[in-house]
Amino acid sequence: MNILEVEHLKLWDANRNKVIIHNSSFHLKQGSCLAIVGESGSGKSVTCRAIMRLNKAWIRQSGDILFKGENLNHLTEKEMRKRRGKNLCLILQNGMRAFDPSCVVGVHLKETLAEHFGWSKSETEQRMKKAMESVMLKDPLEIMNKYPHQLSGGMLQRVMIALAIVLEPDIIIADEPTTALDTISQYEVVEQFTKLRERWGCSMIFISHDLGVVKKVADDVLVMKDGVIVERGNIHAVFSEAKHEYTNYLVSSRLALSSRFKKIMGEEM
Amino acid sequence: MRTLKNLSRDRLAIASLIVIAITIVAGVFAPLFAPHDPAEVNMKLRYASSSWEYALGNDHLGRCILSRIIYGIRPSVLWVLVALILSVFIGAVIGFISGYFRGKTDAFLMRICDIMLSFPGYVMTLAVVGILGAGLENILIAFVVMKWAWFARVIRTSVMQYAEMNYVKFAKASGIGHWRIMVKHIIPVTFADIAVISSGSICSMILQISGLSFLGLGIQAPNAEWGMMLNEAREVMFSRPELMLAPGLAIILIVSAFNFVSDALQVALDPKLTTSNASLQEEEGKQPVYEYIRS
Amino acid sequence: MGSYIVKRLSLTVPLLFIISLLTFVLINLSPLDPAVVVLQAQEIPEITDELIAETRAELGMDKPFIIQYLNWALDCLRLDFGDSYVTGETVWSSIAPAFLNTLKLTFVSSVCIIVLSIALGVICALREGKIADRSIRGISFFLTAMPSYWLASIMIWYFSVKLDLLPTSGMDSYKSYILPVIVITVSYAGIYFRTVRSSMISNLNEDYVLYGRASGLSEKKITMHILRNSLQVAISIFCMAIPIILGSTVVIENVFAWPGLGRLSVKSILSRDFPIIQAYVLILAAAFVAFNTFSDIVNAAMNPKLRKDI
Repeated sequence: MNILEVEHLKLWDANRNKVIIHNSSFHLKQGSCLAIVGESGSGKSVTCRAIMRLNKAWIRQSGDILFKGENLNHLTEKEMRKRRGKNLCLILQNGMRAFDPSCVVGVHLKETLAEHFGWSKSETEQRMKKAMESVMLKDPLEIMNKYPHQLSGGMLQRVMIALAIVLEPDIIIADEPTTALDTISQYEVVEQFTKLRERWGCSMIFISHDLGVVKKVADDVLVMKDGVIVERGNIHAVFSEAKHEYTNYLVSSRLALSSRFKKIMGEEM
Repeated sequence: MRTLKNLSRDRLAIASLIVIAITIVAGVFAPLFAPHDPAEVNMKLRYASSSWEYALGNDHLGRCILSRIIYGIRPSVLWVLVALILSVFIGAVIGFISGYFRGKTDAFLMRICDIMLSFPGYVMTLAVVGILGAGLENILIAFVVMKWAWFARVIRTSVMQYAEMNYVKFAKASGIGHWRIMVKHIIPVTFADIAVISSGSICSMILQISGLSFLGLGIQAPNAEWGMMLNEAREVMFSRPELMLAPGLAIILIVSAFNFVSDALQVALDPKLTTSNASLQEEEGKQPVYEYIRS
Repeated sequence: MGSYIVKRLSLTVPLLFIISLLTFVLINLSPLDPAVVVLQAQEIPEITDELIAETRAELGMDKPFIIQYLNWALDCLRLDFGDSYVTGETVWSSIAPAFLNTLKLTFVSSVCIIVLSIALGVICALREGKIADRSIRGISFFLTAMPSYWLASIMIWYFSVKLDLLPTSGMDSYKSYILPVIVITVSYAGIYFRTVRSSMISNLNEDYVLYGRASGLSEKKITMHILRNSLQVAISIFCMAIPIILGSTVVIENVFAWPGLGRLSVKSILSRDFPIIQAYVLILAAAFVAFNTFSDIVNAAMNPKLRKDI
C-alpha cells in the first residue's frame, strides 16, 4: 500500500518564470524508504518541501500529493500545519541552523510537542528523555538546556531524530541529514536512521547525494537531474545496472569519493 | 565589467549619475553656467519672483538665486568630495596596511581606529570647528580627521577578505612581491567596496556640511552655500517661505542622487541583494548606520 | 554573564582616559591663546602682555602639561568643569540644565524612532516586495535625503505660522515637543527601519524558521522567534543611535530654539567659550561610550554566543 503518492508535481518560480520541477510522479510504500539522489540544484529539496508545502511563497506548485488518500495540495494552511510534524516530519541538513540560536534547544522541542499533543513541561521532558536516550544522547536534560552553538552537529541531528521518535510521524523526510557531519557522526546518525526503520517500520524519504549512505538506508531510489526524474527503481537494481548514463556517472564518481566512509561502514555492507 | 553592466540596467542609477555629473561640471565651471555674479546686490530686485532674467528669482539682497545655487555647488558638493577623497585615501592606506600585513601593526592601527570611532562624529566635528573657529576649511579638516578611521575599518575588512582568497595566497607563496600583489590583485577588487562606502557617506557629509553652514559655522558671507542660503531664507521664513525651496530642493536632489547610486552600486556588486534570499552580512550591514549621522 | 559585564566595563576605563586626554589636548590645539580669549570675552580694552601672563597663571596654564591635565581631569570627575570664559559662571550651572533638556528631547524622540522603526521594519519584512514595502522604502529614501532643518523650517511655517496650531520654538509645554520630535523621528526612522527590515528578512530565510514550520509551530510562535533574533541587531543599533541622536540634535535645537546642549554648544563655539565646548565634548563622548557598553551588555544577554568573545 502506498502511504504517499505524488502525481504530476510541477514547481515553478513565479518571480523568474522558470520551471524547477517539470512533471514528477512517485510513490512511497508504507514502511519503506525512498531515497532521492542527485547533485545540488537538481530539485531534491524543493520536491520534499513541496510535499510539506514549505517552499517560499514565490515557488508555486501544482499536481496531486496524496497522503493516505488525502490531497495535501488542497488542504487549507491551518489543516496543513496540523499535518506537519505530526504526520510528516522533516529533518534538516544543518542542525546548527535548524534551532533558534538564541533559545535553548529544549524550547523548540517543548513548543512542538505542546502544539501537537498539548503536553505539560514535565511530560514533554519525560518523553524526550526516553527518546533521546534511545538515540544515544547522554544527559538529555542537560542537552535540552543548552544553546545550539554549545552542541555538535551530530548531536543536534540526533535531537531532531529524537523529536521525530516522540512525534511518531507517518513519514519522515530527511533532507541531506548527513552532509554537514564528519565521518564519525555520519556513521552514528545513519545508524539511528536504520534503527528507526527497524524498530517501528516508519516510512521515510531520504535525500542525499552520498550514495554510500543511501545504499545503507533506502529500499528504492529516484535519481534526479535538472528537475527531472531520470531513473527509478529498487536501489540495488539501479546501482548495479544503471540504465541512465547520469546514474552511472553518479555511481562511479560518488562511490570513489565516499570510499573512506565505506571503510567504516564496510563490514555491514 | 559585470558591475558596470548591472549598473547600466538600473535606469534610476543612470539618471542619478547624470545628475551628479551635471552638478559637478556646473560647479567646476560655475562662472560659465551662472547667468549673474552671485554676489551682485541689487536692492531693486529684492524678493523678486522668477523672471526670464532671474530664473529662480532673487533673494533678500536682490542677488540671483540661480547663480548662487550654482556657485554653492563648490562648497556644498565639490569641497565635500575633496574631503571625502582625502579621508578615503588615508583610510585606504591604513586599511591596506592593516588588512594585508595583519599582526601587531594591524592591532595597533585598529586600536587607534577604535578610539577615533568611540567619539561621536558630529560632536567631534563641532568640537574641531569650535576650537579652530567657524569656516569651511575647518569643517573639512574635521571631516577628514573624523572619517578616516571608519574608512580604514571597512577597507581593512574588505582587504582581509580578499587577502584570504586562494589566488592571493598562491601569489604570495610563489614569491611575488607584496606591492605587486596589492596593486594587481587586491586594489582592483576592493575598489568596489570602497566605491560603495564612499558614495554612501558622501550623503551624510553633504547634509552635515549644509547643517553646519545653516548654523553659521560654515562658510562665511557673502559666499554662496546651500545651507547658508537656507539660513538666510529662514530669517524671512514667515513672510517669504518660497526662498527655502530652491536650496532645499538642491540638497535633496543631490543627496538622493548619491543615495540611489550607492544603493545601485551595492546591488550591482552583490547580485544576491536583488533576489529575495538576501542575507546582509551583519557586520557590514550595521556599520553604515552608525556612520549615518544626520545634520 | 556577571564576569562578562565586569570585563566589558573594565574595557571602558582606558577608553575614557584616552577620551579625556584627547579632549584636553584639543583645546591646546587652538590657534588662539585661551588667556587672550578670556580677556577678550571680558571686554578688557587693552590687552597687555602682563595681563596675559596674569590670566595664564590664573587658569593654571603656567604649570607643566601633565599637572594641568591631572588637575582638570580630577575636577571633571567631581563635575567641576571650570568657569565659562564669557559669563564667569561655572560651566556646570549652564550645562546641566541644558543637558537635561536635550536628554528629554532625545528620550522622547528615541522612543518614537524605535517604535516606528520596528513597526515599519516588521511590516516591510513580512510584506517584502509588495506595494506596502516598496512605498514605505521609497518614501524613506526621499526623507533621508532631506536636510532635517529644512523639514523643520517647513513644518514650523505650516503648522505654527499658517495653521497656528503649535508653538514655533522654546520648551513650554508638551506641545513644544511635537514638532522637534516629529522631525527627528522622521529623519532617523527612515534609516533605522531598514536595519530592522534587513535583519528580519535574513532571519526569515534561516533554517530554524523552516524547521519550526516543518514541526507544525504556529506562525505566531515562529514570528516571535524571528523577532527575538532580528531585534538583537536592532537593539544594539538603537543603543548606538541614542548617543548619536543626542549629539546631532544640534541643528534641530537651533531651529526650534530648544534650550539644550546643542544650542549651548553653538553659542559657545561662536563666542569661543572653550570650557563649555570641552565639557560638551567630554560629556557626549562619555555618553557615547556608556551607551556602547550598555548595548554590548544587552546584546550579550540576548545572544549567549557573544559572551565568549571578550
